[in-house]
Amino acid sequence: MTQLFKLAYRNLWRNKTRSLLSALAVAGGMSLLLLMASVLEGELRGALQNTIRLQSGHLQIRPASYEEGKISLKWEDMIENPEQVTEQIKTLPQVIVATPRLIASGILTLSDESKGVQIIGVDPASEANQPFREGMIAGEFIQADDREGILIGNILADKLKLNVGDRVNLLVTTSNGDVDEQLFTIRGIYTTRTPGFDEFNVLMPLAKAQAFTATEDHASTIFILLQENEQADPVAQALQSNNFQTLTWRDQNQFVVQFEDYAGVFLVFLYLIVLGITATVVTNTLVMAVFERTREIGVLAAIGMKGRGIMAQFLVEAALLATGGVIGGLIIGGAAVAYFTVNGVYIGNYGITGVLFEERIYAHLTFENAVTLAIVTYVITLVASLYPARIAASMEPIEALHGLGA
Amino acid sequence: MEVTKITNATRTYKIGEVETRALRGVDLSIENGEFTALVGPSGSGKTTLLQLIGLLDQPTSGSVFINGQDATHLNRNQRADLRKDAIGFVFQFFALIPTLTAYENIEMPLLLNGTKPADRKARVNQMLDAVGLSDRAHHRPDQLSGGQQQRVAVARALATNPKLILADEPTANLDTENGKQVMDIMQRLNKETGVTFVFATHDPRVISYAKRVVTLEDGVIQKDSKSNGKSKS
Repeated sequence: MTQLFKLAYRNLWRNKTRSLLSALAVAGGMSLLLLMASVLEGELRGALQNTIRLQSGHLQIRPASYEEGKISLKWEDMIENPEQVTEQIKTLPQVIVATPRLIASGILTLSDESKGVQIIGVDPASEANQPFREGMIAGEFIQADDREGILIGNILADKLKLNVGDRVNLLVTTSNGDVDEQLFTIRGIYTTRTPGFDEFNVLMPLAKAQAFTATEDHASTIFILLQENEQADPVAQALQSNNFQTLTWRDQNQFVVQFEDYAGVFLVFLYLIVLGITATVVTNTLVMAVFERTREIGVLAAIGMKGRGIMAQFLVEAALLATGGVIGGLIIGGAAVAYFTVNGVYIGNYGITGVLFEERIYAHLTFENAVTLAIVTYVITLVASLYPARIAASMEPIEALHGLGA
Repeated sequence: MEVTKITNATRTYKIGEVETRALRGVDLSIENGEFTALVGPSGSGKTTLLQLIGLLDQPTSGSVFINGQDATHLNRNQRADLRKDAIGFVFQFFALIPTLTAYENIEMPLLLNGTKPADRKARVNQMLDAVGLSDRAHHRPDQLSGGQQQRVAVARALATNPKLILADEPTANLDTENGKQVMDIMQRLNKETGVTFVFATHDPRVISYAKRVVTLEDGVIQKDSKSNGKSKS
């Protein structure tokens, strides 16, 4: 066995450039796949975490009559005494944050411009507002007793050229169907680094939102954050009630969940294409090696090496190429992934309805992905060597000795 | 005792629609310890006959026996096993593995037949000594002269102690001095160990070493004569 590896190793060094290029092809293919897999994983993971922390939470308690995509301010479509419900939810140990929110459609108008927005009434003291607090780029966060103050996102501020202290008109259709209009002062400008969110969402204190929309002591939803994503289903079970619907992050982000599945299939196709090209390079290298060494194969067969021994020799050469390629791929790909994990790649305002992509995608490589890719690359390289190895093994000694090949 | 016996062997090659009859019914028996030359002009069938004896090829008809065993219908792996244990080869081109040293080339057949490491080492050193290349043990073929390479090939052929060594034009690519060295070594080993040598050649200087000369022409044996062979000078 040692001799087999020694022979294979030396054979690879007979044509250093070709062997290095082949190993580099394996390394290049693998690092490309590592990068693609980690960027895709990072994109989906980022979009999901972003959507959870800004929009869906891990769970939402909605009234029984809630319909997805419809924002209703009718009392029967809202949760009455939400604080009371919230306090009950907070008693569950998995719950980190539970807070009522009111959601309404509105129009923000300036003297010569108007823009459709979503008004979110929040409890300013809630931990759920952390992404907005952390993202304040101008002004101050709103206070619970503020009757005129609102927060807007930086994209909306840029588009309408608004600054802290500016006064804007907000228009809503109230719970009883009337249209109300009030002047508000921009207390602060936030960024969640999610252009799709920052362009459309206006935050105001829950009490003010309730008064503005004539919904009194009602909220659209109870927004809940849990310790872990996977706790959503058991907590949802525990919160089952005839009066409410309990929607998990999966229920609310089905597009992302499905997109993740499609992305998985897409990734497999990419694996096949890239590794197919890599495999072709390896096959080509070894086929050339077989035909260059036809006489040697004949000599080995003449002195008694059987076909499987000759085959093993080429498989070991492929295994060494694969090992070099995989190690190279992990180093090159790992470096690229590390760069994009820290710096990300700017995609700007890229959005799909219901999915909140950050303006930068950060790569995220899981140990499982790295190991799977390394194994798949290794196995495909070995499979690619089967054809040349079989050519070598099936050569008739007498023809091989005359350099005639298979 | 017969090391090899060929009975009524024919070998026909078909290239496209053209059939070439390389051997046309050859009977030959080689006894243990012989130093036999197969001679004849190009195309006479001497190399084909050597390949049949060496189980590198199979006869179209007729039989091949090695050490009394009928090897005519053995499959690829069985023939490989028999070659490994019973036959050594020396080729016209210096058929060494270029990535292995002289030592490792000689060691290769011993690895294939599963010789233990300690025995392997002793045997390789013994063979290097026998062909006068102990000081070149760790040189690769490209660091050896043609004559030295052919001596390594002779050592490799003898490493597993086969009863039969087949050499196809062993001096064809060597100058006179190196050719003589190789033939002297083969002759000495034949005398010292009793191993049987059969070599194909058309070089009169090589033929003069043979104790028996089998002359082939157009695929048939024309003449089979015995002599005392050339003495080492």
